[in-house]
Parts: sequence; structure tokens; C-alpha cells
Amino acid sequence: MCTSFMGELMTATHNFGASPIRAATTADTFKAALYLTSATVNASTTAYSSTNEVTGTGYTAGGVTVTNATAPIAANSSATAGVAYWTPSASITYTTVTLSTAFDCVLIYNSTQSNKAVSVHTFGSQTITAGTFTLTMPSNTTSTALLRLSTT
Amino acid sequence: MDDSLLEKKEGVVDNDNENTTWVEYWLEGELVHRSAHVTLKKPTTYLAAEAASIT
Repeated sequence: MCTSFMGELMTATHNFGASPIRAATTADTFKAALYLTSATVNASTTAYSSTNEVTGTGYTAGGVTVTNATAPIAANSSATAGVAYWTPSASITYTTVTLSTAFDCVLIYNSTQSNKAVSVHTFGSQTITAGTFTLTMPSNTTSTALLRLSTT
Repeated sequence: MDDSLLEKKEGVVDNDNENTTWVEYWLEGELVHRSAHVTLKKPTTYLAAEAASIT
């Protein structure tokens, strides 16, 4: 598979079937929603849902907007291998919130395209009391980026 | 409020999936502040299968 193709999948260049109508050529808006430990959010999740999403002071349903200032990158490593990758360009931060019921995962989804799901990331369960919850992103490299399409 | 009345507790969780630090402040046995900072370590990776060769 051509590495450039994997990168272009991340920017909606190719269409093998029916596609959504894109209103703009700019990047979509992605959001990050937190879910309770009781939620079932995994690879089968197709879109954002408020079911079992955290609730609490300072938290708005749907979560926060993901900072996306860096376009996906496609990097070839050999004639048969490569990686396309993307990482939010800033930490995901929920400032001054109280989330009293334990939560343990975040769903990143595309709010421009009908809230369709992108990825789920889990962590040890947390509660927040009049404080800040920060998710720091990994380095945006071929091996550590948050989202990777890889033939290696 | 007299900050000296606050009891501070801190913790770290470090494993293959995450590095998490948290801080709590307690006032007379009541939790009044808790923040957490999670650094994700594991990327979400999709391994693409090679397309069949054209011969």
C-alpha cells in the first residue's frame, strides 16, 4: 500500500464509495468527550453519544474542542512500509471542573461530520474536584503519534 | 482561607499505557480540590494489510 494513500485517507482525498458532502476544504473540527467507567466505548463505537458521558460542574456535554494545528504526515520508511500519523497539537484540557463519578476514557470524534467517532483512549479511572483534568498528547512521531495508519 | 490548613496529597501512576500525576487538597477531612494530568503513551494504530501484488 502506498504510504501517501494512507496520509490522504486522513485528509479525505480518496472516495471509494458514497461520501459525505464536505462543506469546506479546511480541516474538520474534532472534539474530545469523557466517559464514565460504566460506559462501553470501544472500537465498535461509531459516533459520539451522551450516554454515560461524564457530567458535572464546568463540563459541557460533548466535551472540548481538540486543537488541530498540525496536518497528518505520511512517512515512508522503505519500499514496502510506511506510516501516516496525526496527533492533536496541544493537550486536551478540562479546566475548573468537578467530575465526581469516576471516568476512564476519552472519545475523539468529528463534530463537523455528524459526530462520527475517531478513536478511544483509556486511562486509569479519575475523579476531579474543583480542578483541572489534562490529557497530554504523545509526541507526534512515526512511532508515538496518537493516531497511526501503518504498514510496518 | 489560611492555606496552612490544607493537607496536600500527591500521586503518580506510571505504566505502559499512561503516566499520570494527581494532586489533592484536603480541608478538615474534606476533599476540596483534585486535579489529574494524564500523558497517553500508547498510540491507536491500524496496521494496514498489504494489497495483493499485481503480476
